[in-house]
Amino acid sequence: MATATLASGPDTRADLGVLRFLTCGSVDDGKSTLIGRLLYDSKAILADALQAIERTSRKRGHAEVDLSLLTDGLQAEREQGITIDVAYRYFSTGQRSFIIADAPGHEQYTRNMVTAASTADLALILVDARKGVLTQTRRHLTLAHLVGIRHLVVVVNKMDLVGYDQAVFERIRAEVLAFAGELGAEDLVFLPLSALAGDLVVERGGNLPWYGGPTLVELLESAALEDGREELPFRLSVQWVIRPHQDFRGYAGRVAAGRVKVGDALTVLPSDRRSRVKAIHLGGARLDEAVAGQSVILELEDDLDISRGDLLADAGRPPLPARSLDADLCWLSEAPSRPGGRYLLRHGSRETRAILHGTAHRLDLDSLQREPETRLAMNDIAQLSLTLQQPLSVDPYREIRATGAFILVDETTHATVAAGFIRGAE
Amino acid sequence: MTAAAPTLSHLDWLEAEAIHILREVAGQCANPVLLFSGGKDSLVLLRLAEKAFRPGRFPFPLLHIDTGHNYEEVTAFRDRRAAELGERLIVRSLEDSIRQGRIALKSPMEARNRHQSVTLLDAIAEFGFDACIGGARRDEEKARAKERIFSFRDAFGQWDPKNQRPELWDLYNARIDAGENIRAFPISNWTELDIWQYIEREGLALPSIYFAHEREVAVRKDGALVPVTPLTPAKPGDDVQRLSVRFRTVGDITCTAPVRSTARTVAEILLETATTELTERGATRLDDQTSEASMEQRKKEGYF
Repeated sequence: MATATLASGPDTRADLGVLRFLTCGSVDDGKSTLIGRLLYDSKAILADALQAIERTSRKRGHAEVDLSLLTDGLQAEREQGITIDVAYRYFSTGQRSFIIADAPGHEQYTRNMVTAASTADLALILVDARKGVLTQTRRHLTLAHLVGIRHLVVVVNKMDLVGYDQAVFERIRAEVLAFAGELGAEDLVFLPLSALAGDLVVERGGNLPWYGGPTLVELLESAALEDGREELPFRLSVQWVIRPHQDFRGYAGRVAAGRVKVGDALTVLPSDRRSRVKAIHLGGARLDEAVAGQSVILELEDDLDISRGDLLADAGRPPLPARSLDADLCWLSEAPSRPGGRYLLRHGSRETRAILHGTAHRLDLDSLQREPETRLAMNDIAQLSLTLQQPLSVDPYREIRATGAFILVDETTHATVAAGFIRGAE
Repeated sequence: MTAAAPTLSHLDWLEAEAIHILREVAGQCANPVLLFSGGKDSLVLLRLAEKAFRPGRFPFPLLHIDTGHNYEEVTAFRDRRAAELGERLIVRSLEDSIRQGRIALKSPMEARNRHQSVTLLDAIAEFGFDACIGGARRDEEKARAKERIFSFRDAFGQWDPKNQRPELWDLYNARIDAGENIRAFPISNWTELDIWQYIEREGLALPSIYFAHEREVAVRKDGALVPVTPLTPAKPGDDVQRLSVRFRTVGDITCTAPVRSTARTVAEILLETATTELTERGATRLDDQTSEASMEQRKKEGYF
């Protein structure tokens, strides 16, 4: 296998940060082979782990090493021959570190995929070149779009089995683009490859000369990250107040969006009191500026009453005040929703109670039509309204992911029952 | 799809995520504790806690479950580091649990890793801890790849892989009933290489046994090195040699093996780590190899 172009370890090239991506597809699409190849070629699989899966493959009577054994971890799953839940894998090209969220395809798919997608910057949507666009492909695209993944990469795999035929690739591309148009998904990237033969994964290979775009690894290394989005307004949920003595009052949290500089005017929500940034601290050092993704401590010019749960925001571009929310919910729990039921809602570092209201409009993932529904079952996605006990300060999910997202928690079982995507607020 | 120059390096990103997790534990849990052994991963956790809470104090004490089979260098280092930070260190020992009859050993020299669960659960009950912050990483072992960052344990300290909460965005749910427990893992997304790179960047001091030193070891037929210590004396027929070795993990003496190495600095360890062909646990943990699922089994019993 080609290991030459992927180096792990100390590297003098620029550090391009961490990219989180998810892989959508089933074993039949060659997903495990693709992940296995990325891990193997980047040396993320070490010799003893490889020997262990070789032993298991032999025990099961497989002729070749089954790389999918790397991606299903738990004994319960191995015994049943299925994978449950989301597994996280790690590899590095030396330039950039990658976290793969691998969500398997079976009846709990929607829930697992939404979970995996929530932290992803990029989605690889696998299509088998022989089978073309399937119902499953459309579902993957719909969910990836709903969760607001910025980079959608449609990987047409198994090109070796269709003779590396450009016409096959173009046909699939046209079909996916037509569907993406219906969804409103933009900026899709298409990539033909063969995970088995290795064409266009790490190496270009010689079989796809008609494709002039980047290889998969080049694509992963160059995709823009969230922290590059300077245009978004500043948001930070206060997690913790640091007050060691009278002369220091620091508000600790992670920059959820945008950037903040010393001197910037901020509003504190929900009180809407204003102040300016006096200092930004990180690990004993003072920063002039902090950007999305950084965990910092802010000092403000004025002594305001600020506590955990408050949101600090750009005073010129504040979030929306909300007493009720219009949102899409993805129901995660095996227990269905209770119409009119009361749940705990967690948004940033703030928690309040919320009541589910009115008729839900369930999205049919195949027809993209909405149908009225009174109860949401696991894996349902539906639009509905929620009345809030205490006001929140929110942004539409489409505009700012971090302040447009929430979860619902059952007050009795404490289970996380739903993921919420804010559409609007009143 | 072209990359704007990202502002955060991969270590900056991992650090920021871990700090956020530590602050969420502090914000959501009433009485958390940070598990600190003096090992490299827990030393990284302490640096992250400093970045999360200084100039304030840590909103939790430190806890070490001492197996009584630790290398002295590590225990001394543990005490020194806690004192430097001025934070409270609680030590609860397996020896006490054994004396109290809470742990029954089949043989006095058996590996004590799995028995740590008993002492840990007793300490949790004694102090009423509702969350334990640990340095486990998802890349360490297969059973950990699906572990949550906030992992739920029932009143028996058990981990049920089917009863874990989905984790979306960075919204963690630490709600529990009395007696239940959250295990929080701020460095879930770090690899062994990330740990060493961070130790180098931050200039963190480590116990000396992490660096290459001469030591008497029994070289087993499969290549495993077993340190010769009073707890693990050489057996008849053992091929005992004096080799230059270092430890990649530090734990119970009876089940932690060193690797051949000449790396005397963090930079040299980084080079070795980048070119190694064995996983961290595969090379150095004698107890994980018994069965492919042994970690999963131990986690179900309340292990980390």
